[in-house]
This record gives sequence, structure tokens and C-alpha cells, in this order.
Amino acid sequence: MRTSKDVVIIGGGGVGCAVARELSQYKLNIVVLEKECDVAGGISGRNSAVVHAGFNNAAGSLMASLCVEGNEGFEKLCGQLDVPYRKTGKILVAFDDEDMETLRRTIEQGRRNGCKGLRIIDEEELRRIVPGVEGIGGMYSPETGIFDPFLYCVALAENALENGVDFRFNSEVISIGRSDADRFIVKTSAGEEYRCRYLINCAGLSSDRVSSMAGVTGYTIFPCRGEYFILDKVAEQLLPMPVYPAPKKGIGGLGVHLTPTSAGNIIIGPSAEYISQIDDLSCTREVMGGLFEQAKALLPAIERKYIIGSYAGIRPKLAPPDEGGYRDFVIKEEEARPGLINLIGIESPGLTASIPIARMVRSIIEEKTPLEKKENFVPERRGPVRFRELNEEDQARLISEDPEYGEIICRCQKVTKREIRDAIENPLGAQSISAIKYRAWATTGRCNGGYCLTRIVDMLVREYGINSEKITYRSAGSELFRGRVK
Amino acid sequence: MDRKNTLKEKYDVLVVGAGPGGLAAAKGAREAGAESVLILERDSRAGGILNQCVHDGFGIIRYRQQLTGPEYALKAEKEAEQSGVELLLGCHVLRIDRRGDDAPDEPLVVTAICAEGLMKIEAGAVILATGCRERTRGAIAIPGSRPAGVFTAGVVQNLVNIRNIMPGREVVILGSGDVGMIMARRLSLEGADVKAVIEVLPEPAGLSRNVSQCLYDYNIPIFCSHTVSRIIGKGRLAAVEISEIDEEMKPIRGTERIIECDTLVLSVGLIPENEVAQTVGVELDEKTNGMMTDRYLETNIPGVFACGNARRIMDLADFVSEQGELAGKNAVARLRNNGMKAWDETRTSSMAKGFPEEGVVTCTLCPTGCQVRYNEDLGEYEGNKCKRGAAFAEQERVAPQRILTTTVRLSDGGLLPVRSVSPVHKEKLPEMIRELDRITLETPVKCGDEIMRFEDEKKSCGTIVAAADSDNS
Repeated sequence: MRTSKDVVIIGGGGVGCAVARELSQYKLNIVVLEKECDVAGGISGRNSAVVHAGFNNAAGSLMASLCVEGNEGFEKLCGQLDVPYRKTGKILVAFDDEDMETLRRTIEQGRRNGCKGLRIIDEEELRRIVPGVEGIGGMYSPETGIFDPFLYCVALAENALENGVDFRFNSEVISIGRSDADRFIVKTSAGEEYRCRYLINCAGLSSDRVSSMAGVTGYTIFPCRGEYFILDKVAEQLLPMPVYPAPKKGIGGLGVHLTPTSAGNIIIGPSAEYISQIDDLSCTREVMGGLFEQAKALLPAIERKYIIGSYAGIRPKLAPPDEGGYRDFVIKEEEARPGLINLIGIESPGLTASIPIARMVRSIIEEKTPLEKKENFVPERRGPVRFRELNEEDQARLISEDPEYGEIICRCQKVTKREIRDAIENPLGAQSISAIKYRAWATTGRCNGGYCLTRIVDMLVREYGINSEKITYRSAGSELFRGRVK
Repeated sequence: MDRKNTLKEKYDVLVVGAGPGGLAAAKGAREAGAESVLILERDSRAGGILNQCVHDGFGIIRYRQQLTGPEYALKAEKEAEQSGVELLLGCHVLRIDRRGDDAPDEPLVVTAICAEGLMKIEAGAVILATGCRERTRGAIAIPGSRPAGVFTAGVVQNLVNIRNIMPGREVVILGSGDVGMIMARRLSLEGADVKAVIEVLPEPAGLSRNVSQCLYDYNIPIFCSHTVSRIIGKGRLAAVEISEIDEEMKPIRGTERIIECDTLVLSVGLIPENEVAQTVGVELDEKTNGMMTDRYLETNIPGVFACGNARRIMDLADFVSEQGELAGKNAVARLRNNGMKAWDETRTSSMAKGFPEEGVVTCTLCPTGCQVRYNEDLGEYEGNKCKRGAAFAEQERVAPQRILTTTVRLSDGGLLPVRSVSPVHKEKLPEMIRELDRITLETPVKCGDEIMRFEDEKKSCGTIVAAADSDNS
């Protein structure tokens, strides 16, 4: 099948979805090609879920300026798009004088970047703000927040969809050619072909490969893995805001830290380890052995029995292993291939910066092609109800409107049958257990789906007529079952 | 009908959970004279986890009968019903609020939701019979990737016995708890290749009768002092790496070996379910997470009792029922300021665990698992605690027999648990199960309905009967 588009966006992570949503304000014909079965299947769904303030990045860098700009608009955006967000503030902990010195320099850097409200706190204030956290003092950042990165991507994508953007899942780009008319010819693993004027490379860990396919070589992504533990819902008692160690030079991340999630869990991690494969999401015995102890050094009250899961994410680093640290985002139209806009090395703070990144992409296009705004652009998106967040009166009212709100399917997270149905019938048409998981938050609790998985599967089979053999955990190849018993 | 409107505003005793513990607690409370007793159960039927335990081995102590899980559940439910208990299904308790400190006689308030709405019910006493959940891969932090194909044993049991879904074909089981061993047998009987059971302890963790009749009977190897040290596979599980472990339970380098499989079943322990308990401030055991009670099964919150697996994981449903019944009686005694009866903790741990002894027969007639040996000098059996043990050992020597338990396809696509009325020849089991796999039963079917009759020359006939009611019966 051949389709002509103005813009093809490769990659449905936070950046690709933000670009799609930004451009959907204009009269453009846009498609997002995603190789996985859903948005947020890569880097965007595997991180600390923190909205950064921007003090951590080198002054004058794109990372710094876009992060600060992104942070400023994040709360409003999450309100517009119905994404769980909370401005918690954040603490960087010092264990010795050298750390305190580093934090003073961090504040200085942050001020140059335009971060607001950064200040040094003494031991007493540290104990008051985050009781139970070790250290001799620290730095407080009031503008840092936490959010739900899955729902963030889903919300951006759904909003873009409503404004006319087409999303194609299970569509890995397998070749990029060039037509005589200076258009790109993009072929996908789904057997489709798209012709477009603008090709926007938001392919994350594959962005170097996609760039080569489009004719611009010279980029290398160095995958750098970070492993995490997820703890049970103890954040309310133990951790009001993210707590990080003072930055250490040379490591490719921010150091092992603790973060409360918008669902009330605590995540600890990540490690930082350069690896050879961009899809090796394994957790390792070596890292798992040390991770917990490092976090416990910051917050001694956590216990191993709180662990309910682990995962790994991979940073798409431009800085090679022997260099370490950070190299700045690459966001530009390639002179050698007009129309190819590369977004490469978008690691942390890429999600925080995603909207400003998208705006940059828009202005790059706008310089060459005048863009006309749609009259009927809808900036708001409302997601399905989250029953567990409501008060009893609202819960009672909902059940009277739809009895399926009165049936709990996920016992750990208190997700109702109606919410599972909303997730199954999601506007993007993503079909997998993980698509339901990240939308409704079912299976994410301490029983790891022991209670709700069979109930969700039962709905899919009985109410939606889906053959159980076709049910996947994530993308194709992750089939959960092997047919009927009899 | 709006079930909510038929409920009273206040009950003498409210029970959370209609598994064996809750059903018996409610019955116990009624028998002790409670005027009104209500059970709230979140599932669409009573019986709890017993509904998916289609194997036999239940009820020998409580009912002096060899029952399957669903049969035991049905019996317990009928008893509760006959005693005059109200049962509300599909109802999820969100919260319990305690009476104020300054008003010790005020009732407890239970907040729950069901399809008919959100409700608040007052209760003089509350019995928490919330059972347990399984320890997961997440909790034990097995290294490796996160492919599809890693399930807990209870989920596999639910899929295979209730949902008619086969989770995989080549299976490794981590943990030799009873559920793991029972699923090893079940999956084998349903045609899966169960390649190994891996156990971190030097000996199997479950009852020795299960080692004997679930692993030995089906030639399933067990690797003790081993663990799964890595999970391998991208989309779907491709293999597991197993390793020997040292005294600190850490894998020993150089002992790794790879077992190719598409499914890993985890049977690595049960954890008391305590979410509801926590909402009212019930004190939990630091180590086990179980609810702490005094000898009378009352928690630190006056009027809140706990029983069964929610309090401490138990080996047998029979004991859970017994304890539930006592919790029910004590709850009523408390309401009337009568004396309560203490629970005897020592009674419940007399069963043989670990490997069966060499050269002996593990009697599987009851959970005790007597190790019966033939003494040639005396010409008699010894080691058996009852007469039936000798007869069993003799039978086991000549022609071993087992109760057949499996499921049969229903015309509505579901499955129905079935059993043989009496033991059948062990070597005939696979053949008989294949025969039963050919039929499809028209619903409705009632528990006890005859399904099929196998006859052989020795007149040891196996009449196969339904071991549960079909959904629409």
C-alpha cells in the first residue's frame, strides 16, 4: 500500500508523540511509524518518571535550555492532557564536604540555566523535608516533579490522533529511499510504503540506524543500560519526593536514586552500564546485588521485602563509553538530506524537554514551509476515569452510572472492570496486555497480575472474541499462551 | 434484583472472604448463636482458591472423605448456607473502620463496592478470611529478561483448570511447594513436557505425598539446592539457566546449565493477603506478613478476628476450615462476653514433608503421608498410623491406584472438574484422561452427575462423576 504524507515521524516514544501532537495543530498530513505494538515501548517507558528542573545539564546546551522550558510548561500540559503529575520538589543529598561543594556548583549551573528556587539545605532542613534520608545536607529543587510517562505518551498520541495524525504500530522502518521529486520513500515491516516531504527521526535507540538508512551516516548511539527495582506502595510513608545523591563526575547517569511514582510506589535505580545490544533489557545478578544497598544508603528505612519488580531501560547515548557523561541533543535538519530532521541522543531529560523539542522541529519546518493552523485543533484530551483516585461520593455515583465500576479486576491497584474495558478499547487501537497495563495500571501491583491477568484474559476471550493464542504480552513474539487445554 | 437492598444495615458478624476459612467462620458464628452473619466475597462464586484445585486430597480430616477442591468448596458452601449465613458475591471490601477508642461498643464499619453500588455495613465483629497470594518473580528478583511465559503456579492452575488455556508446552517449575508439584502433575497429564522442578532447599518443600504422587509417578526430575539464576528470551521465554546454590542461597559460578523451555512456573511461596487488614490497622508479623492474633484468633483491633492463610499459611484446607470455625465461634463469644476457646497451634503440622524415605511407600490416602515399610521378619507393614496404610502399601506393591481427577470440556467452552468415584489403576490414568478429553458435556451439569464409566477385567471400575456444578446449573 502506498500513501503520501507531508510528514512521517519514525518512533512513537515521548519525543515522537510530542512532535506529532505539536504538528497536529497545523494543516499537515502526518503518520507516526512505531515498530512496537504501542507508544512508549522503548526509552520513554523505562526511566525514573521525573520531570527534571534542568540544573544537571551543561550551561548553554540544548539539554539545559529545553529542559528548563519543558519544566515550566509541564504542569499546564499535564492538566490539558489529563496526565498524572505532581510537583514534588527534589532533594540532592550530600554525604561529605566535597558533595556540598559539588552541589554549590550545581546550583550555580542551574541558575545559569534559568532554574528557579534552587538552594542549599542543612542537615536539619534535610531531615525536615525528607525524614529518614541520610546525609549531612543537600540541595533542594522546588520545580522538580513526578509524572506517569506511559500516560504522558498515550495522552500526547491520543490528542494527536484526535487532531488527525495517523498511528501505525508494528511498523518497523526497513528502508528509506529518495524519489526524484525530493521526497522520501519509507517502507515498513508491515508492507506499507509512505512518501513524504519531511522525515522526522525520533527513533531513539535506533536513531543512528534510521539516519544511515536515510543517507546520513556518522552518528553512533551507545546503549547504556540502567536497571531498576520497583517497591511496593510505601512512598506515602517513606518518600515525599525524589531523592538523588550529589552528582559524581563521569558516570553516564544521575546515580542511583529513589523516586516516588504517581501511583505511590517507589522506584530505585538506575545503574549505568554500557552494553552492546540496543534491545538487551535484562536485569543482571551483578547489578541487582548492589542496587538495593546503594538506595538503602540514602533511605535506610526501605526493606528488601518491599521489592515487587524490576526492569531495565536503555539510554541512547552519544557519549561513547571512554568519554562518559553527556553529549548534547542533536536536533537539526540535515543539509545533506533536506527534509530529514534528526533527533539523536535524546536521553534524559528528553521527556521533560519533549514539547520544546517538538517546537524546535516545528520551527525548522516552518522556516521552509509556511504552516497554516487548523481552525478546529483540540488542545485538550480527557482520559478514562481513574476510580481509585476519586472520593467515595464520586465512586458511588460512577457505579450507579455503570455497574462495571463496581467490579474490581486488579486488586492491588483497585482498577475496575470499566477501566479495563476503556483500556482494551483505547483510541490508538494498541492491542497487548502491556497496553492495558500502562493505561489502566492493572498488573502493576504487588501480585504482578496474579489476580487480574486471568480476569483480563477472560474478558478478552469471552467479551471480545479474541483467540487466547493471539494475546501477547507486548509486541508480536510475546504470545502469552499456547492454545486451549482441550 | 438489587442485592444491596436485601442487606441489613448491621450484622453481628461480617466475614471477609468465602474461601474455606470464611465459609467455616460464618457457619461457626451462626452455630454459636449469631443472629445475623454476612460473608462478602469478591469473586463470582464461593470457595476461593479451592475452585481451581481440581485434584483430590481435601476433606480427609474434616469430612473423612477424599474430596477434590471444588467438591470441598461446595460442601463448605452448603453447610454455611444451611446454617443461615448470607453471602454476597462480587463484592470487594475497600476498607474497615474501627470503633472509636472512646466508644468501644460502637460497631466496626465495612466499606465495600459491588455492581449495585458502594455500601457501608456495620458489624459487631469482623473475621478476616482473606487468604493469601503468591510470591512473584518480582519479589524474588530473578535476573534476566522479562519475556512472556513466566507465571506463578496459581495463575497456571487457574488458566489450565478453569479458563481452558494452556500456558505452555515445555515447562520448568521453580519451587517444590505443594502447588508447584500439583501443577507439575497436572501439566504432564495435559500433555506438557515438565522438564524439571528446581528447589533451593536441600529437600522438597511440600508434602511428601505430593513428591510421591506428583513427581515420582510422572518421572519428573527434581533438582534440590538449585535455583533459576537467569531468565532468557526476548518475546517469549526461550530457556532458563539453573545453578547450584551455596549456603547463602547464592548461585555458584561454574554450575550453570541451560534448560530450554517456553514456560517457567513459580511456586516460591505464599504470602498472607493483608490489604484489608491494613486499612483498619491490624498488626502484621514482620517476617511472614500474616495477621498477628492472640490464642483466640483476635487481632490487636478489638472485634477483628483473623483465620486461615491470611493469618499464617497452612498446609491443608481442612485446618483452615477448622480454624475459621473457631474464629467464628470466638467472635460471637466476644460479642456476648463469654469465654473464648484457644486455638491449638501444634495440631496442624504433623504431615511428612520432603523426600519420601528410600524403599518405603508413601501412603497418599491422607496428608499425613505415612512412610510404610514391609517388615519381612514380622511379615507385616510398619510405619503406618492407621490400618488403611497397610492396605494401601500392599495395593501399591501389587497394582498402584489413584483417584482420577481432571477436567472435561463443556458445550459453553468452559471446563468442568471431574473425578473417579474410587481409585483406578495408576497406569490407566493417561489413557482414561485422553478418553475423557474426547467428550463435550452439555450444560447444565450438577456435582455428582455420572459422566462416564470405565470398566476393566478386575472389576475395579472407575465411574467418573462431575466434581462441581457447571456455571449455569
